[in-house]
Amino acid sequence: MFGLDKKDTKFLLIVIFLTLATPILLQPFPQGSGLAQFNAGYPDLMQRFAIFGIFAIGFNILFGLTGYLSFGHAAFLGVGSYSTVWMFKLLSMNVLPGLILGIIMSGLFALLIGFISLRRSGIYFSILTLAFAQMSFNLAYSVLTPITNGETGLQVYASDPQYLMNENSLTTTHLFGLVMNKSAKLLVGDWEFTFNIGYYFCAVIAILAFYLSLRIFRSPFGMMLRAVKTNQNRLMYTGINTRPYTLAAFVISGMYAGLAGGLLASMDPLAGAERMQWTASGEIVLMTILGGAGTLMGPILGAGFIKYFENIFSKINDNVLHGWFSWMPDGLEDIIVWLIHPFVGKGWHLTLGMLFMLVVVFLPGGLVEGGSRIKNWIKRDKKPETNDDEHHPKHVAHVAEKEEF
Amino acid sequence: MSVFTTNRRGLIKSGAVLGTGLAMPTIFTASSAAAYTNAPTGSGVTLGFNVPQSGAYADEGADELRAYKLAVEHLNGEGDGGMMNTFSSKTLQGNGILGNKVNYVSGDTQTKSDAARASAKSMIEKDGAVMITGGSSSGVAVAVQGLCQEAGVIFMAGLTHSNDTTGKDKKANGFRHFFNGYMSAAALAPVLAEMYGTDRKAYHLTADYTWGWTQQESIAAATEAKGWETVNNVLTPLATQDFSSYVAPVLNSGADILVLNHYGGNMVNSLTAAVQFGLREKQVNGKNFEIVVPLYSRLMARGAGENVKGIFGSTNWHWSLTDAGSQAFVKSFGEKYGFPPSQAAHTVYCQTLLYADAAERAGTFNPCGIAEALEGFDFDGLGNGPTHYRADDHQCFKDVLVVKGKENPTSEFDLLEVVQVTPRAQVEYAPDHPMFAGGDLGKCNPGA
Repeated sequence: MFGLDKKDTKFLLIVIFLTLATPILLQPFPQGSGLAQFNAGYPDLMQRFAIFGIFAIGFNILFGLTGYLSFGHAAFLGVGSYSTVWMFKLLSMNVLPGLILGIIMSGLFALLIGFISLRRSGIYFSILTLAFAQMSFNLAYSVLTPITNGETGLQVYASDPQYLMNENSLTTTHLFGLVMNKSAKLLVGDWEFTFNIGYYFCAVIAILAFYLSLRIFRSPFGMMLRAVKTNQNRLMYTGINTRPYTLAAFVISGMYAGLAGGLLASMDPLAGAERMQWTASGEIVLMTILGGAGTLMGPILGAGFIKYFENIFSKINDNVLHGWFSWMPDGLEDIIVWLIHPFVGKGWHLTLGMLFMLVVVFLPGGLVEGGSRIKNWIKRDKKPETNDDEHHPKHVAHVAEKEEF
Repeated sequence: MSVFTTNRRGLIKSGAVLGTGLAMPTIFTASSAAAYTNAPTGSGVTLGFNVPQSGAYADEGADELRAYKLAVEHLNGEGDGGMMNTFSSKTLQGNGILGNKVNYVSGDTQTKSDAARASAKSMIEKDGAVMITGGSSSGVAVAVQGLCQEAGVIFMAGLTHSNDTTGKDKKANGFRHFFNGYMSAAALAPVLAEMYGTDRKAYHLTADYTWGWTQQESIAAATEAKGWETVNNVLTPLATQDFSSYVAPVLNSGADILVLNHYGGNMVNSLTAAVQFGLREKQVNGKNFEIVVPLYSRLMARGAGENVKGIFGSTNWHWSLTDAGSQAFVKSFGEKYGFPPSQAAHTVYCQTLLYADAAERAGTFNPCGIAEALEGFDFDGLGNGPTHYRADDHQCFKDVLVVKGKENPTSEFDLLEVVQVTPRAQVEYAPDHPMFAGGDLGKCNPGA
């Protein structure tokens, strides 16, 4: 089906199911229970899961396949956002023109940066992209203020021209009348599920983006990119010019980032320069490595993981902790809260950093490797004579020829 | 006997069908029937406190959060009631708001527009906050105000001093108690002219974002009206740490006044650099060289230490004020935390009480009802004397304090002395003043 073999079709169907059922899966605890704090099924966060999933899928096409580590991908995210908001300001609040312009602009931008940066590889490439991204950030922050509105962020005002709008037009972002921030709530017992149009819009695009990346991974073009990663010198000795391939991968991945940026602006019509800062570029690298670079599903998992920490763990304050441990004797309660305090709330970075360290040390293939290890372990329990991981370590992480998710 | 077997594929397929089947019809139905966003359903009402807990303004954020917690205590009838006892409106009884116990959630804005909006969104969507308040940067305040307008909740701005917040970027769901750049300039200019003369040449260093621009524009216009000349205005990036390269050219510019349109860490660093260059000992054009900091705060004064002595600026409120409201607030804040509150703490405490009072008077949490109750509201007893919430732009009008770095501080909190309380009439302006033009308040949005 869809030009995929049986295994991949199954894989795709699983992804589609997981994506569409997200509002239910992320809401495992009933409202009002103490654990409701950990529910993540609200529109803003679900949208972020889908959008940063797209961003990570695109980044993985470059980093996972060719091994070129770009430290400036946030610049394309920013370009996509700014383009989209400008379309809102000039035309109407329909998201389609904005998304298209966002993809085109970030593609052009990636072509320019890629053309220069790809003359070098390894650490020099990373530093060049980092420099370009920082440059874009500083431009957006100060020099280009007439275009980007500087530190305040680009917003849509009622006084903007919006040539395609009349009095009856919608003033919130929409797709031909489907308003992005509309939600339907479903109450099942104590569980409340929120189905948001904006989320489903992002989810459908994320599925398409995933499908496209699946096809790229399986294509001869994808094979060539993997060859670049494995041994670029050997490729060049055989007379193949690798530059067009890497540049194409760079532009494609830049366009993915532009799409993600455009979607961010479509869900919330504001573009801030912080989106382009180097920390944002670093975050996408973390997502990919945490999930498993080079695997299809890994970056999406990594993106979800980091966004969950950023939004859920950062909101656990001392008040909430005291609520949880109020059943303990007073002194003990204070000690426990004092012990946990540095790791939640504003300390969420600490927890994330430790997890990242553990993953890199013990699961170099990321969360995906963890998943496949568990799978192997279960299988081995049934058939104890199968492969010995100790002496024949599985070839992991960077090549996705196997079905790993 | 039939055999019922499932394979993985079959399970996934049917699961997918089931999932989409469940989800699809509900997507297109209208959302809930409530009259406005996050109408309280149980016995509690949730407020969202969105303050910087990391980054350049984290000190201000921490102090704001303390004041919010204090305000919630007072609203719920705990503690000594603070300024609720001196507030001219007597609707607040200490039984929550409209009989609902006040709960709160807090979030970190990181002083970034994006992060602030994400945090505010999760408060509205996940925690059901009916009002968002806080912020310690005008960029963030403007961004979050826009979000609240779209989402249909009230935004009570915290520390934001840019003219744009209630000017170009004003929104019907947003309200500001804090003063702004224009008011600072209008209060400060006469004092400066009196102290330093009317034939001065000023050199401006300005933080390069919405607050810096409007602050600089305001103070330049106000001082030029008094006869001063603006020699130069140099924009400095917000992230600048070392200002020596910006301060060095000042001496050769022929200017005899340096105006630092900086706030927080920026101001601490630029003032320190200027003092280290010996600017204050210099004589230019036969006059003593002077430094002016238009927006002062006690937290900044503490950061700059000795360097602030004798330097003029303006502030929204200071804990040494002796009216009953200020005294009551300083007392209950001091008893709880052991030190006096900052102006940021004061403004957010006032905003919380004002919101609660407006809800009581309107009899509802509906943003439109609250907006109506706040518009044109006159009150007193919150530490700034008689105050007016103007309907045209949702800006509060009240007296402005001109302060000076104290020569002989008696404690680490006693760093500023009030030089003059500038009466409200002197800092008022028309809603369509050119510095505030270009915005549109729009209509109040109840959401849902």
